[in-house]
Amino acid sequence: MARAAILGRLTWQEGTVTAVREETSTARTIALNLPGWPGHLAGQHVDVRLTAEDGYSAQRSYSIASPPDDGRLELTVQRLPDGEVSSYLDDVLEVGYPLELRGPIGGWFVWDPASTAPVLLVAGGSGVVPLMAMIRTREAAGSKAPFRLVYSVRSPDTALYTEELAERQRRGDGLDVSYQYTRTTPPGWAAPPGRINAEVLASAGWPPDRHPAVFVCGPTPFVEAVANLLVNTGHDPGAIKTERFGPTGGQS
Amino acid sequence: MSHLDGNMLGGELGELFTMDVTMAVAQCASCGTPGMIAQTMVYADAPGMIARCPSCGEIMLRLARGPDRAWLDLRGVTYLQLPMPAEP
Amino acid sequence: MGIVSPGFHGRRQAGQKLPPGQYLVTDFPVLSAGPTPRVDTGSWELRIKTETGQVHSWDWTAFRALPSEDITVDIHCVTKWSKLQTGWQGVSLDTLLTGVDTGAGFALARSYGGYTTNLPLADLRDGQAWIAYEFDGKALAAEHGGPARLLVPHLYFWKSAKWVTGIDLMTKDMPGFWESLGYHNYGDPWREQRYWGD
Repeated sequence: MARAAILGRLTWQEGTVTAVREETSTARTIALNLPGWPGHLAGQHVDVRLTAEDGYSAQRSYSIASPPDDGRLELTVQRLPDGEVSSYLDDVLEVGYPLELRGPIGGWFVWDPASTAPVLLVAGGSGVVPLMAMIRTREAAGSKAPFRLVYSVRSPDTALYTEELAERQRRGDGLDVSYQYTRTTPPGWAAPPGRINAEVLASAGWPPDRHPAVFVCGPTPFVEAVANLLVNTGHDPGAIKTERFGPTGGQS
Repeated sequence: MSHLDGNMLGGELGELFTMDVTMAVAQCASCGTPGMIAQTMVYADAPGMIARCPSCGEIMLRLARGPDRAWLDLRGVTYLQLPMPAEP
Repeated sequence: MGIVSPGFHGRRQAGQKLPPGQYLVTDFPVLSAGPTPRVDTGSWELRIKTETGQVHSWDWTAFRALPSEDITVDIHCVTKWSKLQTGWQGVSLDTLLTGVDTGAGFALARSYGGYTTNLPLADLRDGQAWIAYEFDGKALAAEHGGPARLLVPHLYFWKSAKWVTGIDLMTKDMPGFWESLGYHNYGDPWREQRYWGD
């Protein structure tokens, strides 16, 4: 993949917040302008660094939510209880503020819009962010590769991008979205709350003989459980790409 | 303490190299299994980053950062195969 | 230094006397170079090996039969967090080294899982070091180094090897895991000896 081969060294760059958008009561999307941002690939992430006046600094990784674009990108940040960085990004950062970041990072957990293979996306909580970048990139590139998203969330009000996903699914152009609620289901939901299992992946995902490209993202225990389920039901381990967010599931 | 995917080394390694080393294939010096750096098991919370072989668990790569220096130990890797753009 | 993020303070507290460059935390961060070893006390062993190859060893029962002490100390991690007045229960290295005949000047602590760290033997003596098996009144959790860890609070906390299983006494110094990757060979927080050459 030519673009991933030679990048030049990554350095910390300063972006400016141009917009903020509440996604849920505990998450918001931050739009940034970065002069010289070369664009990115769907699935890549950035490292964000915050520095206090006395020099104390904290650093976390966040997946890019937006499709590739020169000079701008969007991050969706889930606020974690006790999250030193996420609480700053969600509660303190405002339009016009600077934000230091390094990226784009990662040539492996990436979906190539030139690919026509079916794609299975399995998201746990805020793990949907890089997968949403893939869904948005698919549209921007005019791709007709069939996509199936299985999105596991605690409850309907913690799900990100629900309206946009519903609208995209309504278009009927090859994106299917299924939800798995682990604690609280919406009114009238037929199934009881529970974790993703083999049946859910079989009915909402692709069978192994379609040889889908698979992307699994979310808290580490979620990713490991889902990857094991997929391999045990016959999916090729080599076709499964994972992005573990760490034990707390978010990026603090 | 669970691990992250090797993809997460990309930020730190990206400051040292001009190419994406997470896309390099590395042969584990302990067990001989080749795989992409992106697929190693990364322990990133230590006072340095550690990448372990997904097959045998031994350490392949260690990276520590000081304010003006980086230390990279690749003794756990026999070779890195780096993707290069094809010569015209 | 990175560009300042307006309004960012982090989760630290100000106003305590700390070594240079350190920040106080109230939680207890877990840092590790690998998976948490699961060691059951039934097979646990601590071995002190002298420079002549002589081995003194204790199983869990023998170890717990040794006189132990309550320890209250400040701890400082090279990643800049400090915790003050942490409470431990452990056996002093002075107790363990009683009856160990050695002329060695250096020590290498070894952990289950392969981690090592080196320090002068003098820094393990005279009430400066313990093998600790309780933290905050409870059995030391595996993620924090249990069943037992080395505790040497006057040095940066990477020297307090978790999951300790042995101490080799040597006449020549041998850099351990982090000391062989750029971290300072001695590691005194008050002189801010974080990296090699500091």
